[in-house]
Amino acid sequence: MLEIQELHKHFGPIQAVRGVSFQVEKGEVLGFLGPNGAGKSTTMRMITGFLPPTSGTARLNGHDITDDAVEAKRQIGYLPENAPAYGDMTVTNFLRFIAEVRGFSGKDRDLRVDAAIEKARLSSVRHQTIGTLSKGYRQRVCFSQAILHDPPVLIMDEPTDGLDPNQKHLVRNMIREMASRKAIVISTHILEEVEAVCSRAIIIANGRIVANGSPAELKARSNLHGAVELTVKQPEEAIYRELSGLPSAARVEQDGPQYTIYPRNPERLFTDVTQLVRQHDWHPTGLKHIEGRLEDVFRELTLGPDTSNRLN
Amino acid sequence: MDCLHNTKAIIKRELKSYFESPIAYVFLVVFLMLTAFLTFMVGRYYENGQADLRAFFWWHPWVYLILVPAAAMRLWAEERRSGTIELLLTLPVTLSQAILGKFLAAWTFLAIALVLTFPVILTTYYLGSPDSGVILCGYIGSFFLAGTYLSVGMLTSAMTRNQVISFVVSVLACLFLLLAGWPPVTDFLVRAAQDSPALQWILQAVSSLSFMPHFENIQRGVVAVRDWVYFISIMAFMLFATHLVLENRKAS
Repeated sequence: MLEIQELHKHFGPIQAVRGVSFQVEKGEVLGFLGPNGAGKSTTMRMITGFLPPTSGTARLNGHDITDDAVEAKRQIGYLPENAPAYGDMTVTNFLRFIAEVRGFSGKDRDLRVDAAIEKARLSSVRHQTIGTLSKGYRQRVCFSQAILHDPPVLIMDEPTDGLDPNQKHLVRNMIREMASRKAIVISTHILEEVEAVCSRAIIIANGRIVANGSPAELKARSNLHGAVELTVKQPEEAIYRELSGLPSAARVEQDGPQYTIYPRNPERLFTDVTQLVRQHDWHPTGLKHIEGRLEDVFRELTLGPDTSNRLN
Repeated sequence: MDCLHNTKAIIKRELKSYFESPIAYVFLVVFLMLTAFLTFMVGRYYENGQADLRAFFWWHPWVYLILVPAAAMRLWAEERRSGTIELLLTLPVTLSQAILGKFLAAWTFLAIALVLTFPVILTTYYLGSPDSGVILCGYIGSFFLAGTYLSVGMLTSAMTRNQVISFVVSVLACLFLLLAGWPPVTDFLVRAAQDSPALQWILQAVSSLSFMPHFENIQRGVVAVRDWVYFISIMAFMLFATHLVLENRKAS
């Protein structure tokens, strides 16, 4: 569906994107992660044909964005960053314009516009001028513009940026609804979003891909993966000693009544700790097996291990 | 066919956006009042005692100098400021189609303004029997002059995201192209450069770039190919330059 080969982009001496390649198949929702300035938007702008790549290319449903731009652009629905739309037009007129440029006319055009308005839940504001709408509605107007022609590839640059929790939920639901029929790429720096909607995530830093895998795979790369969190009624010196003595534990951190045991052997640790708890009379009030946090992996990969320790 | 519907959709949207905002009405009212005032009061249309539109068309280069850059300044600057340029250019259109669509829409708008000056024609026909060919020529010449100004304004609009800067630069550029061939200025300069044939040659070259002599030829009812070639080639050049500027700077 979407095939990206060795994309490079230089702005004068600045290398914004240096060799990004990946593929997205139908049914996948790819989360494109990275700190601000990592090259996410630049990559998306190259894929959608807004910026010409310095080298490399993207193929959309077999159409090359550099040689066959117009046909390739037909395959995409694109929601640019900050959801731009013509502020002096009404929602309906704006969508009609998009439909006409996309080659729909007459009744077909009106049906498309109505369907897009329905899907993005914009019926109540359809005759309002876009400039007078709130941020959440404007985001949805731009979203409906992207799905109007039912494109096989959907590319969204920070689709939930600046929305309130309810609106975020709504947008994520809309993405999930379409996920099975399309290849979707969303860029974000909200990590919970990746776990909520993405089937795969790519982390990019300084213009390069530093990780590519499912959210679970990425979490497994966290040094907290397989750790155990034990909370007891009465913290004791002995508990700390016993836990530290486990062969499957790397180290133990204590914060009041809560112990975090970092794994040396993530597969065994949880069983070992539960056994210890059963043997002793520690009165546990909580016992948790930690999968790992995407946030830690993200920080480690985008800052490098040295800086991440220092910042911790 | 395919490229037609794209361009058509863009033309339609642009024209609508003129009329959906107050710009169009302000522009039309100012244009009509200004041309009427200049023709009848300053140009002494009645006192001339001639049934022609000389006094009317004589002012057009000056009225356009202010008004056309005002109509052109938002074409690209606004798209870049609001980020909609990213939306527009990721739709299945080529940059040339987008440029052509916007240009034709703005030119159509100027044509509407020009058509609305029809009372002055009616007045002339009421007062005497003017040469219809000359009037038609005058209108077509004025229309092409407006298009040429517009192409300059479009280029400056593509160069910046600030409409005011676009307006000022475009007025200056048009003023230069106007004065470079305006007889009072060229006569003065040619006299000043009398002794140096090289300087004279440069002056001639610069003044041949000017709108003025071509516009005046057409106003006199002289239909020469070179005048049309001039207007069309200036427009083509400016649109081409717009294409280059946008291609290189659209994201900045």
